[in-house]
Amino acid sequence: MGIPLIEMINEYKIYIMGNEQVYANDNINLKIYSGEFVAIVGKSGSGKSTLMNIIGALDKPTSGKYILNGRDTSTMTDDELAEIRNKTIGFIFQQYNLLPKLTLLENVELPLLYAGVKASERRNKALKSLARVGLKEKYSQYPNQLSGGQQQRVSIARALAGNPSLLLADEPTGALDSKTSREVLNFLKQLHSEGNTIVMITHDNAIALEAKRVVRIHDGKIIFDGDTEEYATKFQTSH
Amino acid sequence: MLQSFKLAIKAILSNKIRSLLTMLGIIIGVAAVIILVSIVAGYMGEMVKQFEEMGVNKISVFCRNMSTRRMNDSDMYNFWDEHPEWLDGLSPNVSLNNAVIKSGSENLDSTSIIGVSEDYLDIEKYTIEEGRGLVYADVVSRSSVCVVGSYVANTFYGSPDKAVSDSIKINGKPFTIIGVIETQDEDNFEEGGTDDFIWIPYTVATKMSRNGYINNYVLISSDTSYTNDITNELKKKLYDVFKNERLYNVTANSSIIKQLNEQIGTLTAMLAGIAGISLLVAGIGVMNIMLVSVTERTREIGIRKALGARQGVIMQQFVIEAAVTSTIGGIIGIVIGALATKSIGAMMEINANPTIWAVLLSFGVSVAIGLIFGYLPAKSAAKLNPIDALRTD
Repeated sequence: MGIPLIEMINEYKIYIMGNEQVYANDNINLKIYSGEFVAIVGKSGSGKSTLMNIIGALDKPTSGKYILNGRDTSTMTDDELAEIRNKTIGFIFQQYNLLPKLTLLENVELPLLYAGVKASERRNKALKSLARVGLKEKYSQYPNQLSGGQQQRVSIARALAGNPSLLLADEPTGALDSKTSREVLNFLKQLHSEGNTIVMITHDNAIALEAKRVVRIHDGKIIFDGDTEEYATKFQTSH
Repeated sequence: MLQSFKLAIKAILSNKIRSLLTMLGIIIGVAAVIILVSIVAGYMGEMVKQFEEMGVNKISVFCRNMSTRRMNDSDMYNFWDEHPEWLDGLSPNVSLNNAVIKSGSENLDSTSIIGVSEDYLDIEKYTIEEGRGLVYADVVSRSSVCVVGSYVANTFYGSPDKAVSDSIKINGKPFTIIGVIETQDEDNFEEGGTDDFIWIPYTVATKMSRNGYINNYVLISSDTSYTNDITNELKKKLYDVFKNERLYNVTANSSIIKQLNEQIGTLTAMLAGIAGISLLVAGIGVMNIMLVSVTERTREIGIRKALGARQGVIMQQFVIEAAVTSTIGGIIGIVIGALATKSIGAMMEINANPTIWAVLLSFGVSVAIGLIFGYLPAKSAAKLNPIDALRTD
């Protein structure tokens, strides 16, 4: 298996709320290897969003280590985290998070722009990425001219543009109807089969079952970590 | 960088009314600076020009002569002899205030009459239209001759050529008109105006005056560089005579112009300062709008940061947006200010041109305003936590 892409060692994230300490992440130990398709599942308030923020290098653990691609993020500066996000992670958000005033092409170009890629190369890569999600022809349109499913595909194209080591999807189907959700999930599966590493955050067991491995979070702790079949038998009732 | 400019222009265009209102403060401020500074400079330039027309080389001496302490014409001419290279001309200036002047049976009530030397024509830079001016011989022989202004000649004798050789009575004594001076001021061609005057030899005027003292002299320096020397030497000489600084006065036009220029400088700086305050207020307006803009675009900033934008990049984007806004405002302000300066100058009949330094300064200030007042909002944008930023709707 080699070196894990993601490694969390005794990771804690503690928030101070008034006089109380809230353990959003409570001693998380987790390894995810290149090529995996992992669903992190939990109810709202379980700490899964906190975990996703730390995996996505949007936040730093209070204590413990988070090693991404061999680099410890816990001591990094804001700008170093930005660089890690830019080079290593492709984000797919529930709300797509496309910039409404930019064209699809410009949206997809953004991570490449921040990576300092030259204009012509940026355009080429962004167009290729748009082609992968089947929206190349619409490159000059604006996000509000597209359906929700199409917008999510653009955000996937944006996540893929920089060829990141990890695709991090936060409730990728949360804002979509069941038919488009299906399409998006199939697309993620396809990306996985092409060798991409995918971590998907969801509250929905049914969605989690689409992954190969499931990590269940409850009260900030990992209460299950195993393959999907095992998870399905164990948590059938709660679904 | 280029991308930041594109983004800035996009952001400005996407909120046209707001951008325009933000710029309005800068437009008004910049235009005010340019108009005020340029109009004052133009107006003062006009004043300086008038002084210069009166002669930059002119030095006036006033002294309050008394029976025991007095300055005679011979003393002044001695001064010239002592420093021949300093002066080009010298004339006493004796006003006869209560003289009765008659042309035939008509009284010339408002005509000014002064006793001067043969140099006075050159000192005033006037030219003879008809006949001749006073000469040295007229002065030493105390001839009853006079040179008149064109108003006197035209009004009482019909024309300059008719006036020459005719005579005019001053305190009952007939004076032969030997010359007429060219009209100096068409707009002021009236009784008591610029061209309503009579010059007679000062020797004659002194005799006719009540006490026979000469209290005023006019000197012309050969070069303005001598002005200080002449003024100082004269003051020394006058002090030796009068022993009291309040009894005499030496005024050089060039030093008046110098003072005037200094005052113009002060006044201009003051006005620019006042107008500058409006630029400061405009800057605060820019900051205010940029802070609103940052708040409104929190989500955008969050997305950009999540995708890997470093703090510097976000910072640059907002600072450039503020700078572009205020620079566009500054350019509009400069154009409006320049046009307004021209039209106000035309209305005031002065030659007012937007001064280059006022334009450059206000342009620089408007760019600086964008950078300075854009800094704080940009900093707060750059510092935003991407998680918090993404969470807002």
